[in-house]
This record gives sequence, C-alpha cells and structure tokens, in this order.
Amino acid sequence: MIGLTVVAALLATLPLLLILTLLLKQGASSLNVAFFTAMPKPVGEVGGGMANAMLGTVMLIGVASAIGLPFGIGAGLYLAEHKAEPLAAVVRFLSDVLNGLPSIVVGIFAWQFLVRPVKHFSALAGGIALGVMMIPLVTRTTEEMVRLVPDALREAALALGFSRWRTSLTVVLRTALSGIVTGALVAVARIAGETAPLLFTAFGNQFWSTSLTQPVSALPLQIFTYAISPYDEWHALAWAGALVLLALVLVVSLIAKFVTRPRFGSGSD
Amino acid sequence: MASTSLHGASVGDRIFRLATTAFALSIPLLLVLLAIDVAAAAWPALKTFGVAFLTSSRWDAVDGVFGAAPAIYGTIVSSVLALLIATPLAVGVAIFLSEFAPAWLRQPVAFLVDLLAAIPSVVYGLWGIFVLVPFLRERVMPLLADRLHLGGTPLFSGPAYGPSMLAAAVILAIMVLPYISSVTREVLMAVPRSQREAALALGATRWEMIWGAVLPYASSGVLGSIILGLGRALGETMAVTMVIGNRHEISSSLFAPGYTMASLIANEFSEATNDLHLSALMAVGAVLLAITLVVNVLARWLVWRVQRQGQA
Repeated sequence: MIGLTVVAALLATLPLLLILTLLLKQGASSLNVAFFTAMPKPVGEVGGGMANAMLGTVMLIGVASAIGLPFGIGAGLYLAEHKAEPLAAVVRFLSDVLNGLPSIVVGIFAWQFLVRPVKHFSALAGGIALGVMMIPLVTRTTEEMVRLVPDALREAALALGFSRWRTSLTVVLRTALSGIVTGALVAVARIAGETAPLLFTAFGNQFWSTSLTQPVSALPLQIFTYAISPYDEWHALAWAGALVLLALVLVVSLIAKFVTRPRFGSGSD
Repeated sequence: MASTSLHGASVGDRIFRLATTAFALSIPLLLVLLAIDVAAAAWPALKTFGVAFLTSSRWDAVDGVFGAAPAIYGTIVSSVLALLIATPLAVGVAIFLSEFAPAWLRQPVAFLVDLLAAIPSVVYGLWGIFVLVPFLRERVMPLLADRLHLGGTPLFSGPAYGPSMLAAAVILAIMVLPYISSVTREVLMAVPRSQREAALALGATRWEMIWGAVLPYASSGVLGSIILGLGRALGETMAVTMVIGNRHEISSSLFAPGYTMASLIANEFSEATNDLHLSALMAVGAVLLAITLVVNVLARWLVWRVQRQGQA
C-alpha cells in the first residue's frame, strides 16, 4: 500500500515533467531576439514577435498591483489586528470565497462596469479585473504575515509612546514586510498567466499601445490566439510565448521564495 | 505626530482604523456588487426562457433561443470526472508526503506538485491541443474502444475526434490535483499525534494507522479539499475551451465534444450579436457563479471544521 502512494506521487509529477520538457524543446527552438523586440506579423510572413504582448502584460500587472496591493494589504492588516471581531471573520470568509470565484465571472463583471459604459475595451479594465483577483490573495498572506509579528514588538512600541497607527505602520508592517512582499509576488505570478478575465476587458491588440484606455495585448491572450489558429508559424510562436510566460511566472515565484529567506543580523538597515 | 491620550484613541488611530476597515469592507462590497451585477444582467434572459434556459439544449443565436443545458451538463460531467481521476492521485501524494516520504524527498516532491498549480491555464491548453488530444485520439481512445471492447458502451462510443469531454476531464484532473493535494496534506498534518500513537499502540501497522485512525479523523477535511478542487474545476476556462471541442450537444459518450459554461462565455461573449444573446451569456455566468459559490462555501466550512478540531 505504501507503494501505491509512491506510484501516485510519480504519476502526479509526470505531467509536470512532460509539459516542462516539451515547453523547453518547442519553445527554445522558436525563441530568438526578434521574439522580444518585434511586433506580430500577419499570417504567412515568417518571424515576428510578441513585444506588444509583453508590454501589455507589464501594463496589466502594474494596474492590477495598483488595485490589489493597497486593498489587499489594508484588508489584511485589518484582519490581523482585529482578529476577534465578527466583521473580521466575515471578511476572511468572503475573501476566500472571492478567491474561489471563476476568473471568467470576474471578467464579465469588469466588462459590465468598465467596458460596457464606455463602449470600448481597455487595458484599464483588464488590469482592474486582475486587481480584483489579486485582492484576496494579498489579503490572506498579509494577514498571516502580520499575525506572525510578536506581540512583544507591538507592546514595546506602544510603551515607548507610539500611537497605534504608528505602531502598525512603522513597526508591525515593517517587520512583516518581507513576507508581504512575498505574498505580493506570488499574487503577481498567479495573475500574470490569467487569460479568461482579459478576453473581453483588455481584449488584445495587434499593435504597439501604451494607452491605458485602449485595448492591449497580453502574453496569455496572444498565446491563446496563436494556439487555436490553424497556422504552423503561429503555433511555434505560441510555444515560445508559453515558455516566456512560464519563465516569468517561475522567476517571480523564485524571487518570492528568496525574499522570505530569513536574514540574520540585518537589524540596523 | 498624533498625540496618544489615555482616554480613547487618538485622531490618527481613528483615521487608521477607519482606513483599514474600509479596505476590509471592500471585499464583501465587491462580492455583493458582483453578484447583483451579474444577476441583473442575466435577468432578461432568465425571464424570457424561464426554466427552459436550464433544461433546453437549443442554443441558437440567430433565432434568439437560448438553452444552456449542454453547457451545464458539460461543466458538471467534466469536473466530476476530473475529480474521479485526480482524487486518488492527490490523496495518495498527500499521504506519501505527510506519512511515508523520507525527509529529503518531502520538499522537492511537494514543490513539484505545487508547481503544477503555477502553470498558467493557457499553457495547459496549448499542451492539451498539441500533446494530450492527439495522444488520446491515437492511443487511449482506440485502446478503450477496440482493445478493451468498450466501444459498444454508451460511455465510449462514437468516433474519436480528439477534442472531447474526456480530454477536458484529463486536463482538469491535472490542474486541480495540486489544490486537492496541498489542502489534504495540511489536513492530514492537523491530525493530532495522539490519534496516531493510539493506533500504533494498539498494534496497527503504519498503513492501518493511516487507514483506520488518520483518514477517518481527517475525512471531512479531505472531502473539503476535494470540493475545493471541484470549485476550481467548475470555473476553469481556458484549458477546457481549448480541448473540449465546444459543441452544444449532450452526448453520453466521453469521446464526443461538449461545452462548459465557462468556455461558452469565453467563446461567445465578445461576439454576442444582440442584447438577448449577451444576457443569455450573463445568465450562464450567473448559474456558474451560483454553483461555485455553493461549492466553495461548503468546502471552506468542511476544511475549517477539521482544522478547528485539530486545534482544540
């Protein structure tokens, strides 16, 4: 029976290894400098890249963080500092519920509020949709990290005459900062690969666009478009895009891991 | 700097408290807004078609008749099938990691399994289109239908196109596995030592201890993790859209293409031609929202129950 659990472990990790090796093989063979610098080319023309999609992804992550971080950290602070209050229990529970909502539903919600009234797709709408998805993720990690801060620190600050808000911001938040940064990075890694909420908010764009009020492409959107197309050149680009996207997600996750590594003797800074 | 008075909070404290409370309140507010908004947008279609919206299989944008039964059916069947595949594996991995794995192996295997959750949905879809679907079409489907002579049964009948309910279920199984496995692991670790030691003291082998003492204790939490996985599977969009074949038809065969609610919205939303079509898609979103809400609430409650027991 113990053997069966070993088999389960092997079977569970097999798809991962298959996907990773294939991504490396297919992706690396179609990856070149042009992929990062060039614009998409029309069907039939060889080459082209995803420069605009990468810019779009960066813009979307920026907007999402501008929404998700303040709301998430603020809510997380509230949950940790008022953990016994009934409102905290409700918010904590609903935050988990929000986290479990299908991303496509968040997409139609954002469309209804941000696209329908102005009658055109925009990077802003896409970013806000992703931001909404970020809030519960950041809330949860912030709460956990702030709770880890020893009460002795709070009491010391209060005993020195700090007001509560100064204690929270300069002592508690500061102490929990590396954990919160980790949570933020994990949330970014999670939303960077999201496609569904962008389908009818950011929508995609074949051109270079830096405007927040215009539709914008994103790596996952571009991969989707190319993957379901019937053209071999586009399939190759989709693989290259998938490799870049996965690399982005993994690098951000690894940085997150590195940030939380305990640092000793850095008390002065 | 705000001065701290001994009586009541300072102005700064009150402002700070107000600000964090406002951020915290944004979460319930957002959920309520979302639910009302989707429900309101869905209302015209639900009013027009009534119960037939849930039971009819006719989805015809030209005639303006919308019945979402195939998408609802497809969502439930693909998710349940995915859980049937993923659960034994995920629980197996969790038991392996929490009970049997040598310490040096624990971290790497847990990391690899968790990594499955980090792969973006669209990348799974890409792999599904070019690897999984051809593999199913050329190897698995002929094996099931011809070699094992299951072709006559309704489940495995009909031509093997490739894009199918089966493909959707397999890709979903891979995607929900890490969620089930990580929550199950947490739940197993929340089982008190005394529970294990009592079983061992009674002469149980390690496996008997897990089967007789640990799993029963953790059962509602494990169930919670499975339902949590169900919640993920129900709402999963991109990978499923790319491999399920997208056809408005209920077929008993797993080889046949189908549709899910999420993939229906993904495919048709930006091309919706008129208000009724749009409202019908919103109604599909509302049904999906309602189902996932119920599923998530149930799952959280089950997991929470075990973890509270563990602490007590």
